[in-house]
Amino acid sequence: MAYELIGKNFTPPDVRAKVTGRAKYSEDIRAEGMVFARFLTSPIPHGRINSIDATEALASEGVIGILTADDEGAESLLTNEPKYVGDLILALAAVDETTAEDAIEKIVLDIEPLEYTVDPLESLYPGGPNALADGVNTGGGRTGLELRRVKWTARDFAVVEEGQLPFGEAAWEWAFGDVEAGLAEADLVIDESFVSQGNSHHSMEPRTTMAYWENGKCIVHSGCQSLTAALPSLARQCGVELADLVYINEYCGGGFGSKGTVSQTAGIAARLSRKINRPVMLRVSRHEEFYIGSARGTLQGRVRMGFRADGKVTAIDFSVVQDGGANGGFQDAGDAAAALSIIYQPTAMRYRGIPVVTNTTPRGPQRGPGQNQIASAVEPLIDSAARKLGLDPLEIRKINAVDNDGKVGGNQIPVTSAYMSNALDRGAELFDWEQKRQRSGDRNGSKVYGVGVGQAYHDCGRTGYDGLLVLTPDGKLHLHSGVGNLGTYSYVSTTRPAAEILKCDWGSCVVHQGTNTRHLPSASTQTGSNTSWTMTRTNYVAAMDALGKLKEIAAMDLGGAPEDYDIGDHKVFSKENPEQSLTYAEAAQRAIELGGKFSGEEPPEEIHEITKLAVAGIAGTGLVGVAKDTLRMDGDVPALACGFAGVEVDLETGEVELLDYVAVADCGTVLHPQGLGQQLKGATVWGIGMALYERQIYDPQNGLPGNIGFEQCKPATYLDVPSTMQWSAVDIADPQNPVGSRGIGEPPMGAAAAAIVCAISDALDGHVFKRTPIVPDMIINHIAGREQSNQPLQIHTA
Amino acid sequence: MTDEKSLVSGFDTSAAEPRLDEGGVLGSIGRTGASRRQFIKGVIASGAVVSSAGYVFGGLGGCSMEQPAGGAAAGGVERLISLMVNGETRRVDVLPFETLAMTLRYKLGLTGTKLGCDRAECGACTVLLDGVSTYSCSTLTHTVRNKAIRTVEGLEGPNGELHPVQQAMIDELGPQCGFCTPGQVMSAVGLLETNPNPTRDEVRHALSGNLCRCGAYDHYLNSVMRAARA
Repeated sequence: MAYELIGKNFTPPDVRAKVTGRAKYSEDIRAEGMVFARFLTSPIPHGRINSIDATEALASEGVIGILTADDEGAESLLTNEPKYVGDLILALAAVDETTAEDAIEKIVLDIEPLEYTVDPLESLYPGGPNALADGVNTGGGRTGLELRRVKWTARDFAVVEEGQLPFGEAAWEWAFGDVEAGLAEADLVIDESFVSQGNSHHSMEPRTTMAYWENGKCIVHSGCQSLTAALPSLARQCGVELADLVYINEYCGGGFGSKGTVSQTAGIAARLSRKINRPVMLRVSRHEEFYIGSARGTLQGRVRMGFRADGKVTAIDFSVVQDGGANGGFQDAGDAAAALSIIYQPTAMRYRGIPVVTNTTPRGPQRGPGQNQIASAVEPLIDSAARKLGLDPLEIRKINAVDNDGKVGGNQIPVTSAYMSNALDRGAELFDWEQKRQRSGDRNGSKVYGVGVGQAYHDCGRTGYDGLLVLTPDGKLHLHSGVGNLGTYSYVSTTRPAAEILKCDWGSCVVHQGTNTRHLPSASTQTGSNTSWTMTRTNYVAAMDALGKLKEIAAMDLGGAPEDYDIGDHKVFSKENPEQSLTYAEAAQRAIELGGKFSGEEPPEEIHEITKLAVAGIAGTGLVGVAKDTLRMDGDVPALACGFAGVEVDLETGEVELLDYVAVADCGTVLHPQGLGQQLKGATVWGIGMALYERQIYDPQNGLPGNIGFEQCKPATYLDVPSTMQWSAVDIADPQNPVGSRGIGEPPMGAAAAAIVCAISDALDGHVFKRTPIVPDMIINHIAGREQSNQPLQIHTA
Repeated sequence: MTDEKSLVSGFDTSAAEPRLDEGGVLGSIGRTGASRRQFIKGVIASGAVVSSAGYVFGGLGGCSMEQPAGGAAAGGVERLISLMVNGETRRVDVLPFETLAMTLRYKLGLTGTKLGCDRAECGACTVLLDGVSTYSCSTLTHTVRNKAIRTVEGLEGPNGELHPVQQAMIDELGPQCGFCTPGQVMSAVGLLETNPNPTRDEVRHALSGNLCRCGAYDHYLNSVMRAARA
């Protein structure tokens, strides 16, 4: 289908502010009388605070107030049971940061150390330490599980001697088909354990918040990936009704899953501000961002996979332990299992998983949580199988590649559409796979060349949110976008289908975002690569609502029935006599005069409370299009990607250089080519980090973090990525999205990490490290024939 | 170098000098009630509008209701100095330990310069000092009194026309989240002023001190190469 706007590049309205420095992030905001708060954080990995003596601190000149977990409403924001080094105990406000920090040094903490662990397997071992008081070691966080204690038997641990992951009681499990039969009938079974080490999100903008109160309203500046979806929990944090919350979030300096909702720093700043009656700037340092800025869950897993001689996967038995950090973690384990089920389409599969609480930084969703770890862990094992079966790595992937008949997860939910084989073909062509594969193992001095291909998945569709737009009497189309501005520009690109349907010039459209005072509708969190799918639908239904109203008004004023009218050139006109028409400006004016549903005075019942507030804010300003997305959504919406990597591994230094990279997306219709290119290449940079650099290090003896900050655990830099990267997209429409779009932001990372790990393996005659990141000393030890410095299942290692 | 005293009639700069007297760094002088008057006098005399002064490192009476001893006691007293920022002379009170990033952001209202790490790891705070790209988070303000300071706010032309690097970053959709962008822009401007026709590899190296967690490196490189052609 030929579109005017969809699939075309555009200049996002916020990009000029970003290049001129005018974009205001939370720390750029000032308010009259503003004071500064600093944190007192836990010096130990687990403890109980018996008392806090802040007498001397509070008596210091310039100190204004303090907020602890004992303050009303702050018990979920600050803690009296710090569970990791860096956990937030209190915040203190003073006239300036130096005064605040000096005062914090005067606070006397009576803190009783409690047992702690940074190792999930240690905690699961009989008699092992527990991360939480009362002997609890699993559940909580966003696992969806009750907090409880789980211990495995010593017998469960017997397989550790063979380097395999032990497993006992599971907290999560599902299965379909006959796994043992599938493995038994296989021509080849691989059985390997692996480690994927977690890493910090390290958003460039720390989760700094500025908050103050004015006339009973709480005003919060805090960067978040989402906007309206974050309002209810933010209101609870701050202790206000939704109607009394002003949330300003025009720019978010990176989130990657760690800012899906507003950080606890917002509630702390808001409650401290109310307590001391002053605006509070709560500037979060890079150290503190490491502590509270979230991290990816480490996975320790084991896969048994059966293959037919032609490479088809018969069955998978997957077990996994997830380091949930101090908060219990996210659902990486299950997401990893679902990813295995869709990427390899086994006829039978069993999944068992357990999250374990550890006294390390809280874990949350990070770009492809679970799906990307498993891609980098299992794709190289697929190459091992291919070697044994005498197959090309591309061919074994294509024989298993998910297509429109694909199914996902334990319930074997069908996909809405999938074209992984097309993506692999496209990537192979762009990369020149056949030619480059001939160079596998070629020497260039001390360097060896290798190639790899990787695939990854993320589920990327939701439904049930609202769209909102207004045609105003000046002829403008106002598109109200309720998602955040996390850097993907999807807050804009997902509104363009509405302009497309209403046949509006983009120049006459105004996108509203950034604060709930701009009357924004209920939207999904801007997470899980779902914005493209989910919010094109809401904009579509709002546009269809407006279109219906335009035709109704025309029929009322010009005669006939609504279906006798069509639109074009910013007019609604009679199909029989196009001269008989109303301009959009005239129709908007008529909508105001008509009132009721036309101007938003009577919004539809089914829309969300947040949307109703937004509609109330713009009611009477024009022709209002507002609707809830109730479009068909049967099945799992897959975001799919593959990547092709060419690397040189230096056998003397252990360094890996990524020479060539091609990323290909299967994300339905392309909405915004430049934005898609950015996501593919940006996710690839993350994949390079996952494969080669990023991990959290913890000292098991003292529970201390070993690599805080960018320098000790730097993300990939300009010099770590190829000078140029290629990308492409399959660009086949998904039948269940009105413009054919699916999401993409997350899986290109897993595909890249997997492709790089596979390429390293290819350069090293098929050796698989079964651990990411692959750091130089691992390569050097392997080349020298020495034992690795890590035990096979060890985590938090350098 | 302009002599501060000649500009600030009646302002006793000696009281604002760091002073190692018998009471230590600060002694009994400190920031007394006199500072508010002195500050206002100084602003009037120099014509400078010092926004948000005193927010971070203690106290200028003009903005803080309280008069803290803490900030000053921690490391000395503020001293009124002249900085050449984006072609203008800016008069500002600066503590001995104050970083240029803090001065720019919290005293001169130039918040385009970002703090990503505050410890010379990320480059979000990059500015040009006499044309050389520098981490302003790790530069003491007192050390740049004789240097021309350029921040991202100083790149646009008199009628708001964008610098070629800025325009190229729009055309190539350089930024994602945008937080590192001002630093990337400043490093690129610094490069192109000394090397107007760099190779792509030279751009990579020149910008390698600027982290981008979104991973927009390829788009930034395309932007700088486009700007070089402009």
